[in-house]
Amino acid sequence: MPNSVGQAEGLVSPEWPPGLSLSTSFFRETLFLLANWVASQGLKEWRDVSTKPRPMGGSSGVQELLPAAAPARPWSLVMLAVLPLLLLGALVAILVNRGLGPLPVPGLPLDELTVERVFFGPDQTVALRLRNTGPEAVTVNTVIVNGAVWEFTQAPAGPIPRLRSAILTLPYPWVEGEPYAFELITANAVKFAHEVGAAVETPGVTPSTLGRLALLGVYVGVIPVYLGLVWYPFLRGLKHRWYHALLAFTAGLLVFLGVDAVKEGMELALAAPGALKVVPVFVAALLGAVLSLIGLSRWLQGDASRDTEQGRLGLAYLIAAGIGLHNLGEGLAIGSAYAVGEIAVGALLVIGFTIHNTTEGPAIVAPVAHDRVSLTQLLWLGLLGGGPTVLGAWIGGYAFSSLLATAFFGIGAGAIIQVLAELYRLLSGQRPGELVSGLNLAGFIAGIAVMYLTGLAVTG
Amino acid sequence: MDHTNRSVSPRAPRRLGRRDLLKLGAAGATGLAGAALSGSLPGRLVQAENQPAAGTHSGHKASFPGAGLHMPQPGGGYGPDGPLGMNPNRFLRDFYWGGVFGRENGRTVRTYRMIASERNVEVAPGLMMAAWLYNHQMPGPTIRANEGDLLRIEFINASSHPHTVHFHGIHPANMDGVLEPVLPGDTYTYEFIARPFGVHLYHCHVMPLDKHIAKGLFGMFIVDPPGGWPRADHELVMVMHGLDVDSDGENELYAVNGVAFYHRDFPIPVRVGETIRLFLGNMTEFDLLNSFHLHGDMFRYYPTGTRPDQYFYSDTVMQCQGERGILEFSFSHPGMFMFHAHQTEFTQLGWVGFFDVKES
Repeated sequence: MPNSVGQAEGLVSPEWPPGLSLSTSFFRETLFLLANWVASQGLKEWRDVSTKPRPMGGSSGVQELLPAAAPARPWSLVMLAVLPLLLLGALVAILVNRGLGPLPVPGLPLDELTVERVFFGPDQTVALRLRNTGPEAVTVNTVIVNGAVWEFTQAPAGPIPRLRSAILTLPYPWVEGEPYAFELITANAVKFAHEVGAAVETPGVTPSTLGRLALLGVYVGVIPVYLGLVWYPFLRGLKHRWYHALLAFTAGLLVFLGVDAVKEGMELALAAPGALKVVPVFVAALLGAVLSLIGLSRWLQGDASRDTEQGRLGLAYLIAAGIGLHNLGEGLAIGSAYAVGEIAVGALLVIGFTIHNTTEGPAIVAPVAHDRVSLTQLLWLGLLGGGPTVLGAWIGGYAFSSLLATAFFGIGAGAIIQVLAELYRLLSGQRPGELVSGLNLAGFIAGIAVMYLTGLAVTG
Repeated sequence: MDHTNRSVSPRAPRRLGRRDLLKLGAAGATGLAGAALSGSLPGRLVQAENQPAAGTHSGHKASFPGAGLHMPQPGGGYGPDGPLGMNPNRFLRDFYWGGVFGRENGRTVRTYRMIASERNVEVAPGLMMAAWLYNHQMPGPTIRANEGDLLRIEFINASSHPHTVHFHGIHPANMDGVLEPVLPGDTYTYEFIARPFGVHLYHCHVMPLDKHIAKGLFGMFIVDPPGGWPRADHELVMVMHGLDVDSDGENELYAVNGVAFYHRDFPIPVRVGETIRLFLGNMTEFDLLNSFHLHGDMFRYYPTGTRPDQYFYSDTVMQCQGERGILEFSFSHPGMFMFHAHQTEFTQLGWVGFFDVKES
């Protein structure tokens, strides 16, 4: 075994790595030998590379800061890459074994549990889905429902590992419409509370509940968008200036929707437990949507200008997609609220949403108002804009998770931002100075105002 | 830099073809299938296999069909020989008469040793509570003496906070355990004559009072009348208290004699017709009142036990914190008879038990 670096000998002890359950000592020995060899090779390379004399002659200032060029052998690069990892691994092993040394570690229990969902089932069953959002494994010791200790079974049993979930099932005779307060006490005597405002039977995946949620999505998303598309013949008769004002109206509407999506997404993200890192997910979803939609539209459209018939149709589809994604988020919110009984799905709510979402129809067809668009295209556009509401209602009703909902809102917001950029490009194809004409400005503000006013009608 | 001449021709715009739709559809369907299989649909949940939590207790746990009791089954690890010395069964009949070393001035001298320490105790199966204890037990030992005895209680503070022992009774001011806090490591000997006869309490009296009591520094102090109490088949001690497991100033669970639900899981065996004398006290912190309700029979209640001729006959008695008394009763019928607080919220949270009355 090469042993060219004397001081590296004690670096990797035979007991390393601890914590790994290595069944055979042969495996452990081999690993130790390999690690030692890699470490020694890496150290040798590191020493060679960092002490090699610099090339003569003028080199740019940046070159001088970098180490000299590595030798041409590819595997030596691997050694150099692996060496810091080995050192990190050794440090982690020491920390795991010996603790933090002189640093005092407070003995506070760091349990953290989040109740993700409460299911009220038939036959007097209540179930809670928990997630361990803390740094240590958590054992649930006692469940108290409305001030009474109640028996429960846990699946999977035993301590809940970090970031994993478990389902507690309680044979509790719940009463429809009544509030329930749950308290969970862990084995470390840390208490967590969760409240349900009104118990409602959780919808199972039956045809009737599927249909009910779909109907909700249709009322709230699909019908309003198609209703809005009925404005299409009117739009076709608009003069040039008014057509651009209509595009500005669309932009204002989309700005409102985008801000709303960001607000909803951030609210959800901030309310979610920190361990799930939901806020970064939201930002990533938003940026990811913007970038991927830019890429998608480039791919679909090539380098052609947006101001062709094909380009405008593509823009209409993009707007429909952005609105559809936003409606997906809305459907998620409505579906999950319906499933937990938080929503009074009365006629007033549906009317409110219908009015609010009807204005999205003209926004979708605004770019193609001056082009010939077949009925089939209109139907597809409407479906793309309104259909995702049904999908959102299903997902929200059955499988709501704040992570998922935040991601959808992020994607929706990103899509809207990207569409706004496209609209701006289309609008700025006008004669210079006309982009911010009075009519356009009025249209933009009207778009925001209409969404705001119709939003007031949404009582939910 | 590369300056090759390349003719830049715009790529023809690409229509969304059938293949692309199929690809997008397949991707979406796979995503949904993955979400469904990750177990988040409640339909699967309701039929989910019920796997029992850690350990099921077999043996002498009685079942109560139809009683609608859905209370947790005890797991392993606690019971008559539970860890850390919490043994409510033993506490029930354990009286600390002290060491008798002769007489002084015609009085029997009894000496006791009380040590204050800090320990984690198991107050429910699997649930540990950081407690402050007299003699490593909660409640503290039941000190018992005859009226007129000279008591010397050597109190050693082996914990990290100052403590005292304050006795309810008649004694000099410097033996009251209020104005002389015993610092960690120090010792103080309380000396007084045991009077009056009856059932009394003792507890720590250092500020913050509620915390010192809630963490376990309390116990019973019984003074027998001259000639002793009338004969009884069973003499039991019960101290009602709360369990503030996370020290947030409210009780999560309630118990008698230290462990929640203990006598529901380990009923107290007695026989029909046997006289039972129950020394009952209330040291519940954070809740104004507690109570004792007996099923299936009635008791005579002697408040504080100081007047043997004054009692009331009922099945429920209310005690404020610091109140105590003697209950005397016997059972006319065999079977399982519950006893619990009639504040049902305490019952639901651990203050419940059973007498297992056998035929005589």
